[in-house]
Amino acid sequence: MASGYDRALSVFSPDGHVFQVEYALEAVKRGTCAVGVKGKDIVVLGCEKRSAMKLQDTRITPSKIGLVDIHVCLAFAGLNADARILVDKARLEAQSHRLTVEDPVTIEYITKYVAGVQQRYTQSGGVRPFGISTLIVGFDPLDKTPRLYQTEPSGIYSAWKANAIGRSSKTVREFLERNHKDDMDRETTLKLTIKSLLEVVQTGAKNIEIAIMAPGKPLEMLPVEDIEAYVKSIEQEKAEAAKKKTGRTPGTGSAAILSRGPDE
Amino acid sequence: MSFQIPLQAQLNNNHTIRKHVLLGITGQDFTLIAASKAAMRGATVLKAADDKTRQLNKHTLMAFSGEAGDTIQFAEYIQANAQLYSMRNGIDLSPSAVANFVRGELASSLRSRKPYNVNLLLGGVDPITLKPSLYWMDYLASLAPLPYAAHGYAQYYCLSILDKHHHPDINYEQGIKILRMCTDELKRRLPIDFKGMLVKVITKDGIREVDYDDSARIDCP
Repeated sequence: MASGYDRALSVFSPDGHVFQVEYALEAVKRGTCAVGVKGKDIVVLGCEKRSAMKLQDTRITPSKIGLVDIHVCLAFAGLNADARILVDKARLEAQSHRLTVEDPVTIEYITKYVAGVQQRYTQSGGVRPFGISTLIVGFDPLDKTPRLYQTEPSGIYSAWKANAIGRSSKTVREFLERNHKDDMDRETTLKLTIKSLLEVVQTGAKNIEIAIMAPGKPLEMLPVEDIEAYVKSIEQEKAEAAKKKTGRTPGTGSAAILSRGPDE
Repeated sequence: MSFQIPLQAQLNNNHTIRKHVLLGITGQDFTLIAASKAAMRGATVLKAADDKTRQLNKHTLMAFSGEAGDTIQFAEYIQANAQLYSMRNGIDLSPSAVANFVRGELASSLRSRKPYNVNLLLGGVDPITLKPSLYWMDYLASLAPLPYAAHGYAQYYCLSILDKHHHPDINYEQGIKILRMCTDELKRRLPIDFKGMLVKVITKDGIREVDYDDSARIDCP
């Protein structure tokens, strides 16, 4: 801190860092996890939901998943309040684009716009960067190819098959790298999204939020009961896998100490 | 000091504009909006399949007539704002909210250097109360909620028919029947060919175009 290179934003440190941007990335890492996964003809966003306090009214607590336009969905990780401003700018641009060129925005266009706004806030006076990374998903007008993009506080944007941002995003990304396949159907895509989130969300279905986008259809938020069913089946699978590995159900053996011997 | 209507706005209320037909009829659970299909410039018909309506959100439709460039510019500006509201708030503006918003926009435009010269009909069905509504607004931004309404010369022919036959509880078929009486009368008496009517209906399920056969020849006695 005392180095003096994190006071004004537009100032580089001698080794080429812009510290405020790096701090913003730190804020992203502290935000709750968000996952995006592309399937064959859908794209899914999953979010870790912070558990509500006892007296909180969850109906009017804003979600981490928001619609930018009818065909564009955005999830973020980082500072909620910053996200509200950024999402609002994106919504305005989406409508403005419709008004000027009579076409809905493409996913790449709106991603580029969001990233552009984020970049501007790293190079202007008197402002601080947005403490959020975003996952932007959807379908281009008259197109059935699912799209998934990520933006970062620095203004970098990139396209992905599946990705995670926020807390423990590295763990989730590595999980996705191991398990993602091309051309997954709806069930498989949903399951992979929830499974990857369960890597970091301990509390299960009530702390997971899932949004599904399909071409020409409105955003679909998966009901809690459905998420619960997925979580249950995933847990069952995991238990079975564990059983297979050890060859027996834990706690039923007569000689617990010996059990580790021949199997491994 | 006295309030003056800008000169532009006064001058542009000319005959071409008044030749455009806009009609609106409400019933028990629907609102009908009809607009003539001719796009005119002076004495020339430029297009015979013009759509003078814009959908503002799922349950609100706006029909417009007026100065050629102004109409679409203003309508699409309103459309963009209505949709932006829906995206920002996750809920549509009600028809009455839209109507008052449009009035505000048109009223402030009227007091600018170059006001929009547009006449509007706003039809909608409130998605919560399911009440149909119709708003009439002219280029001076005077707004009136009405059970039935018309713009331009069509007023002189249609309002009397609607006065006689309209009732708030009419069903869709009766509404179409009254609309048919109106358009027949226009064809009979209005000394211009407005190329038939484009008819749309707003119900609780949204907005759809009505298959409205306008080919029958109506002769003046």
